[in-house]
Amino acid sequence: MISLSHFLVLGGILFCLSVAGIFLNRKNVIILLMSIELMLLAVNMNFVAFSHFHGDTAGQIFVFFILTVAAAEAAIGLAILITLFRNRRTINVGELDNLNG
Amino acid sequence: MAIEPVIFYFFAVVLVATSVAVITVPNSVHAVLFLVLAFFTSAGLWLLLEAEFLAITLVLVYVGAVMVLFLFVVMMLDINFEPTREGFIKNLPIGIIVALIMVVEIILVVWPNFGLENYAAPAQQIAGYSNTKELGLVLYTVYLYAFELAAAILLLAIVAAIMLTLRRRPNSKYQDISEQVLAKKKDRLRIVKMESSPKAAPTSVQESEGGVEQ
Repeated sequence: MISLSHFLVLGGILFCLSVAGIFLNRKNVIILLMSIELMLLAVNMNFVAFSHFHGDTAGQIFVFFILTVAAAEAAIGLAILITLFRNRRTINVGELDNLNG
Repeated sequence: MAIEPVIFYFFAVVLVATSVAVITVPNSVHAVLFLVLAFFTSAGLWLLLEAEFLAITLVLVYVGAVMVLFLFVVMMLDINFEPTREGFIKNLPIGIIVALIMVVEIILVVWPNFGLENYAAPAQQIAGYSNTKELGLVLYTVYLYAFELAAAILLLAIVAAIMLTLRRRPNSKYQDISEQVLAKKKDRLRIVKMESSPKAAPTSVQESEGGVEQ
C-alpha cells in the first residue's frame, strides 16, 4: 500500500533534481526558470500528500495559492527574458555583466 | 494485488525520468515538452491522492497556459543553445553529488517517520463527494482575503509583464482617438478665395492662391 513517505520521497527526489538542474544549467535562463517550476511542483506534491493523509483541505488551498504565484512568476520571468533578449541578443547568464562595474 | 501501487510506481518512474530529461536535454524546446509531460504525470498522481480539482487545474492552467507561454517564448527567440551548454560537463560531478546527498538525507529523515504505521491511509471518500465543492467552501470563507490577494498578484503580473515588453516604435503609425475627436473645422479645411472667371494673367492667379497645392 502506498504510504505518505512514498509521496514525500518522490517530492524530495524531484526537488533535488531541480537543484541539480540549477547547478548544471547555470548559463541558460530558460532551464533555470523551468527548474524553479519543477521545484514548486515538488513542494506542491508534498502539500497535496499531507492534505490527503491528514484529511485536511488547507494543504490543497495552499497549493492553489502556490500555483497562482508560480504563474505570475513565470509570466514576469518570461517578460524579463524577452526584454533581455531584445536588448542583448543573448540569454547566456555568463554574458550578463552590465552591473559589474 | 491492489492497483494503486502499480499506478503510483508507474507515474513516479515517468515523473522522475522526465525531470531528469528536463535538466539534461540540450534543446530547450525539448526540455519544455518534457516539463509538460512531468506536469501531466503529477496531475495523475494528484488524482491518486483525491485532489481532483488541483489535478485538473494543473493540467488546464499549467500545461494549457504557462507551459504554452514557455513554448512560445522559447520558439520565438532565435537562441543559439551551444554557448549555454558550457560548464555542463564541468558541473556534472558536483551537481550529481549534491543531489544524491540531498536525496539520501531526505530519505533518511522521511522514510522511517511517515510510514503507514504513523499515518494510516485515509478511508476513500463516499460516492458523491465533491473535492471542488469542499475547496470552494473553505476558499471563499476562511481564505477570502488570501484569495483577493492572489487576484491582486495576478493583476500585478499582468501589468508588469505588459510594461516590461511594451515598446513604442517612433515611426509606427497609430490612431489618437482624442485628437481625432477634438479636431476642428479650421484645422483641416482652408477656404481660398478666388475669382470664378479669371481675367488676369495666369501668373497673378498663382500668386494670389498662395499655398494651394497644384
